[in-house]
Amino acid sequence: MAHIQLKNISKTFGNHTALTGLNLDIADGEFFVLLGETGAGKTTTLRMIAGLEKPDEGQIFIDGADVADWGAAERDVALVLQQYSLYPRYTVRENLEFPLKPKIRRIEPDEIKTRVDRVARTLRIEHLLDRKTDRLSGGEMQRVSIGRAIVRKPRVFLMDEPLSALDAKLREALRTELKNIQMNLGQTFLFVTHDQIEAMSMGDKVGVLNHGRIVQTGTPYEIYNNPRDTYVASFVGSPPMNLIDGKLVNGRAVMAPLNFELPFAGGAKTSGATDGRPLVFGIRPEDVYLESGAPVEARVHDVENHGVEKILTLRIGDAMLRATVPARTDVEIEQPVRFAWDPDKVVLFDKGSGISLRHAG
Amino acid sequence: MAAVTTSAERSLNKLAIVGVLIVTMIFLAPIYWIASTAFKPRNLATTIPPTVVFQPEISPFVKLFTKRSQLRTAPTPEQYAAAPWWERLVFDGGEKVVRSGRGEVQWSGYPSRFMNSLIVAITSTILAVGMGTFTAYGFSRFKIKGEQDLLFFILSTRMLPPVVVAIPMFLMYRVVGLNDTHWGLIILYTAFNLSFSVWLMKGFMDEIPKEYEEAALVDGYTRMEAFFKIVLPEAATGIAATAVFCFITAWNEYAFALIMTNRRAQTAPPFIPSQVGSGLPDWTVIAAGTFLFLLPVAIFTFLLRNHLLRGMSFGAIRK
Repeated sequence: MAHIQLKNISKTFGNHTALTGLNLDIADGEFFVLLGETGAGKTTTLRMIAGLEKPDEGQIFIDGADVADWGAAERDVALVLQQYSLYPRYTVRENLEFPLKPKIRRIEPDEIKTRVDRVARTLRIEHLLDRKTDRLSGGEMQRVSIGRAIVRKPRVFLMDEPLSALDAKLREALRTELKNIQMNLGQTFLFVTHDQIEAMSMGDKVGVLNHGRIVQTGTPYEIYNNPRDTYVASFVGSPPMNLIDGKLVNGRAVMAPLNFELPFAGGAKTSGATDGRPLVFGIRPEDVYLESGAPVEARVHDVENHGVEKILTLRIGDAMLRATVPARTDVEIEQPVRFAWDPDKVVLFDKGSGISLRHAG
Repeated sequence: MAAVTTSAERSLNKLAIVGVLIVTMIFLAPIYWIASTAFKPRNLATTIPPTVVFQPEISPFVKLFTKRSQLRTAPTPEQYAAAPWWERLVFDGGEKVVRSGRGEVQWSGYPSRFMNSLIVAITSTILAVGMGTFTAYGFSRFKIKGEQDLLFFILSTRMLPPVVVAIPMFLMYRVVGLNDTHWGLIILYTAFNLSFSVWLMKGFMDEIPKEYEEAALVDGYTRMEAFFKIVLPEAATGIAATAVFCFITAWNEYAFALIMTNRRAQTAPPFIPSQVGSGLPDWTVIAAGTFLFLLPVAIFTFLLRNHLLRGMSFGAIRK
């Protein structure tokens, strides 16, 4: 059990800046997901908490103690990586025993056996115990990796894209399993991923990382519905939030280069949404709907059928807008349609800084 | 995989096999020559054209291991009858085995030279590969100031033929008393092989994912434990390949062995040709000495062949 704090962490590798002024607070027992694109600094953050990398600046606290001088072993964290975390020469059992055998731990052989067996049962890998790890499938390997982490009962679990190398079906299954494990153990998890679906579905809290900075921290709900800036808005969500340039004129959203207007109701809630200020309007595709009497006309540019729903790409002039519609909606490519949005769901961003007006206030 | 082969492909395959056989025969011819000469009677060793079919004999090996002198007169029938079988072979060749005053058989210089070769080659290989492995690990895993320059410096010891420094080395060795000692040769051969060993091992170390050790570090092992438990077994292939190369270099080295040693620590390579000069050149004995000399490398390479196949293609195949 542990509470982790990162204060003002900076790290550069050569002339590449990995992290700048990073602050992070992960509560005890929380499933925290660090979400970001490749190269955003996620893995560096993880490695610094694990003690494999030293920050150039800033402090890391585990349960209030500054761990700057602690080695990886003393920090008592467990690490699960995307690959290479199992030893190829060992059997599954030996791999699971390995974290229990260092001299500093002094665990009795009986206790080791009990723990390994219990973990194998939890993860349903008992039948694999005597197999060499190079004879395992990807999913089995990651199960064993997770087992290796659990068996030691560490204070913190650090996971670096553990599911990214797996195929979709397995990823989904392990996602649920991992979340269940975390809830049963009640342990602090820091999970790093570039997959926003993983972040949304597993995280108690999500931190969005962009170019070495935390852009926004919050519950998945907050991140999704109230993105702090256009980066978060376009990164989280599949398809991402529609972002359209425009301005407010008399309580209506007027899209500047595109010449269409939509009603806007959120003006009262948002300070700074003055008439004429250059803005970016953000609307989630599911809040765009087709209706015969709707104010704007567009053509269907593309249709993606996802089974439960269809994702339409609408073309208005040169601009594209995504809309998620029920699967039974019958549309064809190049068909003219009329659409509107849910005026309550529109998020306004400042055109210059890209920051949401709700957050800027 | 589809096993569809056209007749053209099949005949091409056969052609390739014939080609491989021819090349193999060309490569094996000198070895066959040495091996066959080692088992020939003396008078058949230098016939023209070479004798291919003959009754193999063990006498060259008997002669190789014993001190002999020319017979002035043929041995008496009693002497002949009293001699053990191997001594009769020497008598047959017109020579006799030299015995001490108490009648003990005098060994030739070969066994001790062979032992010297083994001691020097094995020790220097262990040292070069051991130090090379640690150094390569350091270069591979840690940020080192001037890493590239240091590596280049290490390699620079191989940028001129080692013999160039033979005379200065000889003079220095004489001052410090390393002439004609095992350690003298061991130090030299280790120094030759070290740069090679560091470079080769660095390649192998770079191939081992550092995630393995990091997982061990996080699990509570020290860097040393992680190195011995995780890195070393993973590097076995590289170590085997490097060891074979270092062993062959040290085993075959001739020039320094000739200059730096003369008796006590002399290795087999300078000793074998020196036998040409004592009495009439007996090529069968030289061939026997050479044949035995080939064996350790052949056995060593054979034992490590699986590692070598992977080791030779280092960097080419991603695991």
